[in-house]
Amino acid sequence: MGNRFESVQAVRDGLKEVNYLADDGIASVAFLADRLGKPVLIEGPAGTGKTQLAKSITELTGARLIRLQCYEGLDESKALYEWNYKKQLLRIQADKKTDSWNDVHDDIFSEEFLLTRPLLEAIRSEDPVVLLIDEVDRVEMETEALLLEILSEYQVSIPELGTITAKQIPLVFLTSNNTRELSEALKRRCLYLHVDYPDLEREKLIVLTKVEGITEHLADQIARIVRNIRQLDLKKSPSVSETLDWARTLMLLGIEHIDAEQAKETLHILLKYQTDIAKAVKELSSGK
Amino acid sequence: MLDLMAGFVAELRSAGLPVSLTENLDAMEAIRQIPIEDRDAFKYALGATLVKNSAHWKSFETVFEVYFSLRGPEYSIKDEDSPDEFWREMQDQMRQGEGKGGGGAMDSLTQEEMMNLLMRALMNGDQAMMRAMARQAVQRFAGMEPGRPVGGTYYLYRTLRNLDLENMLNKLQDAQRETATEPLTDLEERLNKDEIESRIEKFKQEIEAEIRRKLVADRGAEAMAKTLRKPLPEDVEFMHASRDEMANLKKALYPLTRKIAARLTRKRRKGRKGPLDFRSTVRHSLAYGGVPAEPKFRSPRPSKPELMVVADISGSVAAFARFTLMLVYALQGQFSKVRSFVFIDGLDEVTEYFKSTEDIAEAIQRVNTEADVVWVDGHSDYGHAFEVFWEKYGRDVNAKTTVLLLGDARNNYHAAQSWVVKEIKKSAKNVYWLNPEPRSYWNTGDSIVGEYGNHTDGVYECRNLRQLEAFVEKLV
Repeated sequence: MGNRFESVQAVRDGLKEVNYLADDGIASVAFLADRLGKPVLIEGPAGTGKTQLAKSITELTGARLIRLQCYEGLDESKALYEWNYKKQLLRIQADKKTDSWNDVHDDIFSEEFLLTRPLLEAIRSEDPVVLLIDEVDRVEMETEALLLEILSEYQVSIPELGTITAKQIPLVFLTSNNTRELSEALKRRCLYLHVDYPDLEREKLIVLTKVEGITEHLADQIARIVRNIRQLDLKKSPSVSETLDWARTLMLLGIEHIDAEQAKETLHILLKYQTDIAKAVKELSSGK
Repeated sequence: MLDLMAGFVAELRSAGLPVSLTENLDAMEAIRQIPIEDRDAFKYALGATLVKNSAHWKSFETVFEVYFSLRGPEYSIKDEDSPDEFWREMQDQMRQGEGKGGGGAMDSLTQEEMMNLLMRALMNGDQAMMRAMARQAVQRFAGMEPGRPVGGTYYLYRTLRNLDLENMLNKLQDAQRETATEPLTDLEERLNKDEIESRIEKFKQEIEAEIRRKLVADRGAEAMAKTLRKPLPEDVEFMHASRDEMANLKKALYPLTRKIAARLTRKRRKGRKGPLDFRSTVRHSLAYGGVPAEPKFRSPRPSKPELMVVADISGSVAAFARFTLMLVYALQGQFSKVRSFVFIDGLDEVTEYFKSTEDIAEAIQRVNTEADVVWVDGHSDYGHAFEVFWEKYGRDVNAKTTVLLLGDARNNYHAAQSWVVKEIKKSAKNVYWLNPEPRSYWNTGDSIVGEYGNHTDGVYECRNLRQLEAFVEKLV
């Protein structure tokens, strides 16, 4: 369908240019999403760059990002569209005498009185857009159904207006932190991408690209220590963003070579639970 | 290609992955967009369309490996891959070896030379070299013969025994110490060791993959896939889990508890409305000129159940008991109070262990080592354990308590004392029995789950995570 990207490699290189280091899986899926015109469901632990991927793709394709942040209680008036009833009321009161009921009826349910919300906006947009539906696992099971029509047909049905079909097929990304199982119907319509913690090499590269002025030696050490900590049985493993925070902290402190003491003192940036920190301290001091 | 895909999808389905027809079609469409030589992209294209649950990825990879590995570019080794001298040398060796027909007749490299090569490869983290070495090792040590009905693990064991990778780890560490300009700190040593271990692990995987490739070539993809088929994490049986599977289960547990907790709070909040909230109604009526147009209700507060877990932790069912305890404590917030007791033939309360620490794993560790659960001989005696429970803690069981009894009810032909369960049932809100054995084994041999079960509100089969999850949800 679409052909925004030449090949998988092109996606990879392009993403690299906008400072996002994709692995094979990420690049392949992004490429396919465009070619097949299908939405991508991205799952994985928090802080591994799921949202960032959508943003980087936006930057890469020069599109506009439309973001729908999901939360419990999200409904169609917030996600799809809503009638601007205040304006409708005004309209009815304005020419009470002259217009017949039919005129008014036809008039107040026209586009002028329609308030578009993110999903409809993405569909109606003339210029290229990337639609990001963030943390889709937060909405209730029933609300998911709202998304189905737009995800498979790229259209929205409004009873009073008819069906609005997309002018161009937007790239759609859904992210989920996996706090609940998403419905089969939703999963079936999407390509699935699981973004996990990066391996040593990639994490090192990420640190090198994202933290300015860091030496390769330090980046390597950071990546290794983080990998070591992730192997522990923790409540919450350090995410990539926390790794980056840690790297920046070390830079600010002017540390070029981490020893066990310095690592222990700054651990609270990587880990957020007291028990986790205690475990990591024990691990780091245990020597061989 | 069509045939291959059909076989592939059929195998995925028999491995337990839910692949729908549309997903199958999507996959076909997806691979048309991808150049087939790009094996990684090809794999991810299939993965993205067919696998919609990250826990299933492992199973998918295994099946993929079996069906498509022979077509990969790395199976045929190209000359221009690496200008490295070693590499060329190796390749020459390999060609010779292949010429002679696979049987491990490559005499020109002595074992020692080969180990040195391997060490260099591991030291530099040279992927291509490691792969070649894996091939070499399998050819030399595994002693594979066509048509021999032996599993892959046997060959793997033979290869690894000859390679002596334990020793390799030490040697590599020594080598790194030598090359370092200044003495390494403890932390650096540790990190280095980590790195080497991970490389060796990768090397092992290469060997495994190599053996698998050979077996596939020998036996055909379908037969091979069948022998490699492993249950998905949620279907692994507690009683027969291997150590790896157990580790995977543990990993699956934490997200699961989060999921259950989120679902339960949601359910609780959404439930039926409570009685009219008069104050709030009046306040909101001001917006309508004093007319109570919008009645407000109090949100309901369903009471949280109190839980008592009584678990058999004798050898056969220990894993299951540990697991259930972990799950229950991870969900503590969902209950007003949790007390836990463990027994073999004696019984001990272990609630304190869980209270004194935030770390569930540590508490479980203490349960295993410190709890005083042996009375006579350390063989399960449900009857005696229940008697003790009733004597000591029976008065704490009240109308708000739900009692969970965990175990296979294999009583070693001791007296059942099922009257205790009957008494518990009388004073408790609910009594449930969770049995990790398959239903068909119940009441065979010394299992008397039926006799106890008569006095409970239900006996549930809890062989795997899926069943346990379903039960816990019902409970709360």
